[in-house]
Amino acid sequence: MPKIDARPAPQSDPHADPMVPVLGRVLARRQDLSDIVSLDVEVDGWQGFAPGQFNMLSVFGVGEVPISISGPMSDRTRIVHTIRDVGAVSHALARMGPGAIMGLRGPYGMPWPVARARGRDVVVVAGGLGLAPVRPVLYHILENRDDFGKVTLLYGARSPKDILFASELSDWRGRLDLGVEVTVDRADASWHGHVGVVTALLRGADFDPAKTTAFVCGPEVMMRFAAGGLVDAGVAATEVFVSMERNMQCGIGLCGHCQLGPVFVCKDGPVFDWATMKPLMSVKEL
Amino acid sequence: MEINGMEAIVRNHPLFKGLDEGFVETMAGCAKNAVFKPGSYVFHEGDDADDIYLIREGRVALEIAAPGHGRMVFQTVTTGGVLGLSWLVPPYTWRFDAHVRDAPGNSLRAVVIDATCLREKCERDPVLGYAVMKRFMPALVERLHDTRVQMLDLYRAKD
Repeated sequence: MPKIDARPAPQSDPHADPMVPVLGRVLARRQDLSDIVSLDVEVDGWQGFAPGQFNMLSVFGVGEVPISISGPMSDRTRIVHTIRDVGAVSHALARMGPGAIMGLRGPYGMPWPVARARGRDVVVVAGGLGLAPVRPVLYHILENRDDFGKVTLLYGARSPKDILFASELSDWRGRLDLGVEVTVDRADASWHGHVGVVTALLRGADFDPAKTTAFVCGPEVMMRFAAGGLVDAGVAATEVFVSMERNMQCGIGLCGHCQLGPVFVCKDGPVFDWATMKPLMSVKEL
Repeated sequence: MEINGMEAIVRNHPLFKGLDEGFVETMAGCAKNAVFKPGSYVFHEGDDADDIYLIREGRVALEIAAPGHGRMVFQTVTTGGVLGLSWLVPPYTWRFDAHVRDAPGNSLRAVVIDATCLREKCERDPVLGYAVMKRFMPALVERLHDTRVQMLDLYRAKD
């Protein structure tokens, strides 16, 4: 089993043009929410990925976007991408069905350092679509449960109908070895769970701050407050990891669009520790 | 025996961790245990805010009812939290309903502190009053911050 913090080599031939994609074929499509779709994609010779990495997915004649991989690392027969239909390229991707062909470059990016969390408590804080990039971490932990301490997932969504992977979350809640709490910002009459921001769930979560590694993914504002809340609770800033998403266009650190101060989000990230990212996030307009 | 037990409960509640022992005694002197059944109301909008509820276990929904909208839950308070801060400021009336979540086994266990008793003690002893304010103000600020973040609607798709 390869070290899961090591980055698998991108699929494209490194001696050829790194901007030329390989072809991926859609095997299956799932409508997760009204505007979110998951596609299972097959790529010949796929060598796997590390959790937190992304692929550049292209629709020929339309464009290319970075999309995190949201499926289990252990299944190399398919690559799962969860896509929000929000722009021209993502709209085209979201409309693809079985048999459709897309371009794919990757996997790229620094992954979640899951190996570092072995023997420690793990807290995963996710908001909205941010559950997708961090889901491979949970799959890996559950497949190797004895390697980790207490594991807690705290998830926030806009409303009950916006809860991503609801069925899976419900299954996970039923496990005795995983703590799962879900909250929504806006509740309807049918909702009997938590109402409020996801950071409020931190206060009741069961973990030992001195031996916790945390993975945080969601809107930047949410990540700022969640990371801050974890540090206030006693988790070291070097043990809190966030996944950034800022204007990645080439995915390989060439175009410079994702430069954030001294780092490139695509190449040095998208996963960063909070000690590194906090000062950069606090610079307005960076 | 009852007061000693209550002192331990007050002392161990997250809101009062590290509080001076003399103040713990004073708080305990105004406190009692309470259990609220699932589906019941702790208080209603407009009721006198004469009690402070420190949640020991359970979940309570903060609701506002409006014609045409039914009951709207805007926040929940859970284990370790403090329910209700309207006792701090005049006119000392609750501004929403507090509804114990109607789920099997979800009785609400709380320490109920007589806010009238506590306010009187704080008036007589400003040092106590300041210590109490220092404990409750962070909860108030946190609640305000959380509410602001909720209003931002962060999870909607970017325009």
